[in-house]
Amino acid sequence: MNVTINTVLSILPKSGGLTVEREKFFNISIAVLAALSLVGIFSGVYALWAGHEHTFGVSREIPWGILIAAYVFFVVTSTGLCIVSSIGHVFGFENFAPIAKRAVFLSIVTIISGFLVIAFEIENTWRMPIANVIGFNLTSNIWWMGTLYGLYLVFMVIEFVMLQLDNHKLATACGLAGLLTGVVAHSNLGAVFGLLNGREFWHGPYMPIYFIVSAAMSGCVAILFFTYLAYRFNGWAIDDKLKTSLQSVGKLAALMMAVVLFFTTWKMIAGVTGNPPGKYEAMAYLLHGPYTVNFWIGEITLGLVLPFFLILCVRAESLRVIFIASVAGMIGIFFMRYDLVVVGQLVPHFADMGLVDYPEMFSYTPSCLEALTTMGGFAFCGLLFLLGEKYFRGHVSSGH
Amino acid sequence: MDIKKLERSPSEDLSAISSRERREFLRLGLAITGLYLGGSVLSLVSVKDAAAFGGVVPKIGEYPYNPHYTMVIREELCIDCERCKEACVKTNQVPSYGYRTTILERRRQLTEGKSETIFMPVLCNHCNRPPCVRVCPTTATWKDEKTGIVMMKPSRCIGCKTCMTACPYNARYFQEEKRAVDKCDFCWETRLSKGETTTACAAACPADVRVFGNLADQKSRVYQLIHTPETIVWTLRPETGALPNVFYTNA
Repeated sequence: MNVTINTVLSILPKSGGLTVEREKFFNISIAVLAALSLVGIFSGVYALWAGHEHTFGVSREIPWGILIAAYVFFVVTSTGLCIVSSIGHVFGFENFAPIAKRAVFLSIVTIISGFLVIAFEIENTWRMPIANVIGFNLTSNIWWMGTLYGLYLVFMVIEFVMLQLDNHKLATACGLAGLLTGVVAHSNLGAVFGLLNGREFWHGPYMPIYFIVSAAMSGCVAILFFTYLAYRFNGWAIDDKLKTSLQSVGKLAALMMAVVLFFTTWKMIAGVTGNPPGKYEAMAYLLHGPYTVNFWIGEITLGLVLPFFLILCVRAESLRVIFIASVAGMIGIFFMRYDLVVVGQLVPHFADMGLVDYPEMFSYTPSCLEALTTMGGFAFCGLLFLLGEKYFRGHVSSGH
Repeated sequence: MDIKKLERSPSEDLSAISSRERREFLRLGLAITGLYLGGSVLSLVSVKDAAAFGGVVPKIGEYPYNPHYTMVIREELCIDCERCKEACVKTNQVPSYGYRTTILERRRQLTEGKSETIFMPVLCNHCNRPPCVRVCPTTATWKDEKTGIVMMKPSRCIGCKTCMTACPYNARYFQEEKRAVDKCDFCWETRLSKGETTTACAAACPADVRVFGNLADQKSRVYQLIHTPETIVWTLRPETGALPNVFYTNA
């Protein structure tokens, strides 16, 4: 135990970097986020104890709800942050170096937050460590996803530790290993959805491909959001090197938004042309049904079009505008994950069979406990983010 | 050859053939023609049928399991009395919020504003290529090598519910009491493993709708039902490629 604590302490920078000036404001924020995290964790634990049947909005028909959406949100963001950090750290693009350390740290924070929320969605979490090993199933995408994400976390932690210890050779190697593992893990998460023959909205090669592209976009948006937030929150001044770096990330974010918009457009067109059974009903629900606000306002406007044009309008120069774009992006991306998970399950199993007393479409609304648990995940992510800023002194790069 | 001898031999032209022989020849010809003609018509019928059930019935001799447990649902006989559901709940301790089998109701429009109601019992299809088994990260669910039954080991289930999402038939639910996904196991645990020969639902059905048996045995009722000439046999959602083992027919 002492050894562990000493190891952790030894990687903490003792001097230099940025320090938290507004102690009181910082501490209140930490307290609030910690309280919200605890509320979330208690909600989740209670739901596990009482059973989802009695506490959550998920059902036999819609087994995956907002917690899976939040998990997908976190791991997509984590993979994306890993991709963005690797541009500077692994592939040596100097322009991306100033954001890389924070990106590596946040990729760890977001994946841990993801694991936290999914721990409450998986009803027998405690069986996982043993069952996943003795019962391993190589045909299961979710097995690969879980195993590889576990490995990914290890690589990312080693990379981060090595960065702290200024061992850049090993950090780069682990960064590359983490990137490759993350990409495979993440495409397997896409395949968890994409390889289900009975779920037409998901079925096909689109999901794994889209997940990777979407991750790259999410990673850019997240690092813009968190970096600017860290500096504004602590009243730090952004130096020119970081400014140029954030502007470059902003440009990459806009490019990735355009790519995701392109993907989404064709997914939309393919979903309605010729009314493909199963796909069409789900797509219609998004385009002009109960999920139309989620889709047009959340996904398209907030997630893609607005941030793209904001960045374009200021030619990726004004950091304030880029930050606003990233806030819109973060909200929009959550809608993307939520719609992807939920709408994919709404088409009934025996649709078009002329059944009576059978819903045309299933429905799902998160319960209060589900929402609280999700909120807990976000609060926990925020908590770790702030603590990271304090103890790693603004993640200011040294040695390069 | 002696031409004089040949002249004295009996004529072999048609006039020498007796009326009886002619009739017999004619009968034979008609029989053969009839057989071919009838056969052609029949073969067309079977082509139509084959297209209708396009391979949902496994080819004879190609059953991966023995016993290859199967249920044949004689759909038009179902009157929705729900005794099968009651028997299932009682036998397998199914909680009120879940079900292992249920009956869906279909309505089909007929002429002049009339319609007919068809009851459609559904349960786990014990697919030959079960999507639930493929996706399970911990092999808590598997296809039994001997019987082909899709089994569950509750103590191995982590509750990720991927099997529930993957099942094209909505046959699975999470049972809080067991803390595991629960599903129909053709009453393996409660009946078959104890020497019974049929499931609780099939035994309880007063209308003989649910017929349970071994498809690998050509003398079994299930085999004969799905190989009855001029009947259509179908399965639910064959397009998912799961190769279900619950067959529907009106035979």
